[in-house]
Amino acid sequence: MEKKKTTIVLFSGDYDKAMAAYIIANGAAAYDHEVTIFHTFWGINALRKQEPVHVQKGFLEKMFAKMMPRGAEKLGLSNMNMAGMGPKMIKHVMNKHNALTLTQLIDMAQEQDIKLITCTMTMDLLGLQKEELLDGIEYAGVAAYLADAEDGNVNLFI
Amino acid sequence: MNITQTLDAKGLACPMPIVKTKKAMDTLSTGDVLEVLATDKGALNDFKAWATAGGHTIVDQKEEAGVLYFYIQKA
Repeated sequence: MEKKKTTIVLFSGDYDKAMAAYIIANGAAAYDHEVTIFHTFWGINALRKQEPVHVQKGFLEKMFAKMMPRGAEKLGLSNMNMAGMGPKMIKHVMNKHNALTLTQLIDMAQEQDIKLITCTMTMDLLGLQKEELLDGIEYAGVAAYLADAEDGNVNLFI
Repeated sequence: MNITQTLDAKGLACPMPIVKTKKAMDTLSTGDVLEVLATDKGALNDFKAWATAGGHTIVDQKEEAGVLYFYIQKA
């Protein structure tokens, strides 16, 4: 039997939205779907390594790298961010309810063989390099995403 | 009913009960029965939908002291 497919575009760099995307992705994988998450624009920040990585960059790229959150746990909330208080509060509540953090959800996604793709065009725009992103992710463009999406059964833009 | 394996998913939040159930189910053979214990309130609908999608049968289910018990037979 041909597996069903779920494809998700993660455009947002908000912690809560990325969490929603990764919960759906992990659920879909448990549903035996082949799952692809295509990260573009701010969504790429969820895949940044949390530690600083030294790479050659121009001035603007350095500025971008400094201003954008470095890794999943640095993302802000789309609502009630309150200058960083919101994420702390929600992580406390999540811990109380045994909900997985975004980092754990991303690990789980990789464990479940979910295909994590990063849009190379936006990577260039934001000045991000492969060395700064997590291992085990794929690099591609819109065509690779569409190839998965065109015979997808579930397709989301978050 | 012969229970082949028991999975304790109590206290786990969405999507973990389903993710763990899927993993456990992958290790079983056709006809085996997996017992799952869950406390996530969405589990009632989640397990029904998940089992149907995979062709598995929920042969029995019950709720005791706030814990949901599912008995899922592998297709």
